[in-house]
Amino acid sequence: MANPLALIIQREYLERVKRKSFIITTILTPILMIAIMAAPTLFLLLGKSEKKTVTVVDGTKEIGPLLQSNDEIEFKISGATADELRMDENNEAILVIADNAIEDPKRSITLLSRTSIPMMIDTYITGQLENAIEEVRLNQYNIPDIKEILKETEADVSMTTIRIDKEEEKETSSELSYFMSLAMDMLLYMFILIYGQMVMTSIIEEKTNRVLEIVVSSVKPFKLMLGKIAGIGLVAVTQILIWGLLIAVAASVAAPFLTPDNLGADAAPELTGAVAQLTDPSFLISLFVYTLLFFIGGFLFYSSIYAAIGSAVSNVQDASQLSTIATLPIILAIVGSMTVLNDPDSSFAFWLSIIPFTSPMTMMARLPFGVATWEVLLSIGLLYASFIGMIWLCGKIYRIGIFMYGKKPTLMEIVKWARYK
Amino acid sequence: MDNILTAQNISKSFVGHQALDNVSIEVPRGKVYGLLGPNGAGKTTLIRIINHITAPDSGIVTFNGHPLTDADVHNIGYLPEERGLYKKMKVGEQALFFAKLKGLNNREANAKVREWFERLEITHWWDKKIEELSKGMAQKVQFVITVLHNPELLIFDEPFSGFDPINAEILKREILRLRDEGSTVIFSTHNMASVEELCDNITLINRSHNILSGPVGEIRARYSDHRYRVAYSGEPSTLLETAERLGADVSAEPDDKWGYHQASLKLGSDTTRREAIDLLNRNLDLRMIEPIIPSMHDIFVRAVSENDPEAAAQLPPMYNQESTL
Repeated sequence: MANPLALIIQREYLERVKRKSFIITTILTPILMIAIMAAPTLFLLLGKSEKKTVTVVDGTKEIGPLLQSNDEIEFKISGATADELRMDENNEAILVIADNAIEDPKRSITLLSRTSIPMMIDTYITGQLENAIEEVRLNQYNIPDIKEILKETEADVSMTTIRIDKEEEKETSSELSYFMSLAMDMLLYMFILIYGQMVMTSIIEEKTNRVLEIVVSSVKPFKLMLGKIAGIGLVAVTQILIWGLLIAVAASVAAPFLTPDNLGADAAPELTGAVAQLTDPSFLISLFVYTLLFFIGGFLFYSSIYAAIGSAVSNVQDASQLSTIATLPIILAIVGSMTVLNDPDSSFAFWLSIIPFTSPMTMMARLPFGVATWEVLLSIGLLYASFIGMIWLCGKIYRIGIFMYGKKPTLMEIVKWARYK
Repeated sequence: MDNILTAQNISKSFVGHQALDNVSIEVPRGKVYGLLGPNGAGKTTLIRIINHITAPDSGIVTFNGHPLTDADVHNIGYLPEERGLYKKMKVGEQALFFAKLKGLNNREANAKVREWFERLEITHWWDKKIEELSKGMAQKVQFVITVLHNPELLIFDEPFSGFDPINAEILKREILRLRDEGSTVIFSTHNMASVEELCDNITLINRSHNILSGPVGEIRARYSDHRYRVAYSGEPSTLLETAERLGADVSAEPDDKWGYHQASLKLGSDTTRREAIDLLNRNLDLRMIEPIIPSMHDIFVRAVSENDPEAAAQLPPMYNQESTL
C-alpha cells in the first residue's frame, strides 16, 4: 500500500515535470541568459563594421595631426572651412577646432554630425583631443625627453586579493564575488517567488475545481498541503540540478583552457583570481550545496505562507492582495541584500542573514564573499526551525480555509481559523 | 441492530454559526440511509465529520464499533455535492491515483479501474483529459472513483444533481447493486422525493438539529394518521352521515376524471379499517379506498412544526407548498 503523502508528491511532481513548458523553460533559460550576457559584445562586434570618418577643421594646426584614428573612427584633416564642408552631404561628421583651443579647450571645440553620435565615439574623440592638447601643452615647456620621463613615472596597479581564512589561503576576486552574489541572489529570489506562487495558484485551482474535497476525504488536509509543497519544491530542485549540471559540464570543458599560461603572462591578476575561483571545484560545490539548502529552506518557509493564502481565497484575484504578506518580505530581502553586497560583513548584513524572513536571500548574497561557518549553520538552523513552525501554523489555516468559499476573508478571520479545533 | 456507523451527540460551530447541535445518527449495515433536510441544515458538515475531513467540537463517531480513525477512510467512498477532478489529468491516470490514495496497490487499482470502466462502458476515455469530457461524462468518472475501492460505506451528497435521466438511472441501478453486495449507502439531499423510494432509514435534519430518525415504513405509519381516500358514486350527504357514524373527519376533494366523488377520511383511533370499509360499502357505491401515505416532504414539514413552529414558518417556500401526491 502506497503512502498517501508519497502519492501526492508524485502526482504534483510528475504533473509539472512532464509538461512541455517545464522542459522548454529549463533548457531555454540558460541559453537566454547567455544570450543576454553576450548581447552587448555581439552588438559591439556588429557595430564595428561601419567606420565613421570625421573631417577635422583645425584652427590651431597643432592638434589635428596628433589625433589617432582607430577601427571605428578615421580622422581626416581638411583645409576647407567648416561652412564649406557643411554644404557637402558626404561629410557625416565635422570636428571644428577653434584657434584658441589649446588655451581654452572647454568652449572652443565643436562636433557637427548628421547622425547621432554614439556614446563610445563621443568618449573616444574627447579622449583623443585631451591627449593631443596635453601633448601640445607639454611641448610648450620645452623640456627634453619629457615623453620618456612621463612614461617611466607611469604606474599601473592591479591588486591580488587573498582572503585570510583558518583554512588555506585562496586567490579570490572581489569583483567576481560581487557578481556571483548578485546572480545567486536573483536566482534564489526568482525561484522562491515563482515556485511559492505556483503553490498558491495550484491550491486555488484545486479549490475552485472542487477536486479538493475528494482528495481530503482520503488524505488529511495537512498531508495534502505538505505533499503539494514538497512536490512543487522538487520540481524547482530538479531545475536547479539540471542547471548545476550544465554549469559543471561547461566549467569542466572550459577549465583546462583557462590556466594562467593560456591566459598569457600579462593577464591581470584580477582575471587569474577570478578564474582560479571559478574553476575551484570545492568552491563551486559548496556554493551549489548552500544554494540548494537555502533555496529549500526559503521555499518551504514562504510556500507554506503562500499555501495558507491560497487556501483562504476562492480565486486568484482575491489572492493578489493577501499575497503581499509573503511577497513584501521577499522583496525587502532582495533590496536588503543589495545593500549587503557592498558591505557583506556589517552587523546589518549579519542580522538580515539570521532572520528567517530575509536570511535565504541575504545569506546567499554574502556566501561568495566567505562567511564564518557558525553563522551559516545558525542561519540554516533558524530557517529550518521557523519553517516547521510556519508550516504548522499555515497547516491549521489551510485546513479551515479550503472549505471557505465566497467572500474574501480578512486577515483577522484567517488568524482566528488557526485556533479552531 | 448492527450499525456500521454511529454519530453520537455531534456538535460543531463556526464563527457566529452553529452548524450542528447535538446530532446523533445510527446507520444500520447493508441499508440505504437518507440524510434529509433543506440546504444549510448542516448535512454537509455532518458528512465531512463522518468522512474524517473535519473534527467535531464535541461528540464521537464510531465506525464498525470503534472510534473513527484515518485508516477507516479506506472503507468509505464519498461523492461530494460539488463535483470536480483534476482537469489536466487523464481519466485513467486520475482513477488510478485516487484508487491508490484509497489504499489499493498498483495491481488492485489497475484491475478495479478497468473492471468499472468496462461496466460503465467508458474504457475508451482512458487517455482523455477531464477537461475534454462533458460535465455528465466527468460525473460518471467521479462516480467510478467513489466506488472502485469497494468501500463498506458509500456516502453520496446530492447524488442525482447534474445527471441526465438516463445516467441517473444507471447510477441508481449501480448504487442498489452495491447495496445488494453488502455496502451501506448514505444519501444526503434536500430533494426528498428523489431518494424516498430508495431509502430504508432516514434522518431529518433542520437547522442543525436531528428532528426525526427511523425506518421509513415506521415513520410513514406514524405520520399516516389513519387517513384514507375514497372514491364513490352517490350522494355526498350519505357519505357525511356514514362518516358521522364512524366518528371520522371528512374533507371533500375534487371529483376524479371518471366523475366519481372523492373525499378523504380521517378515522378515529378506535375504528378499524375493516369496519370502515364495511360500512362505506354498504351505504355507497364504493369505487376505491386507499390509505393516504404521506410523502417524506409532508412528514418533514410536520416534523419541523411539531418540533419548533417558529422554525417551520422559516422553511424555504418549497417546503410550505401543498403536497402533490
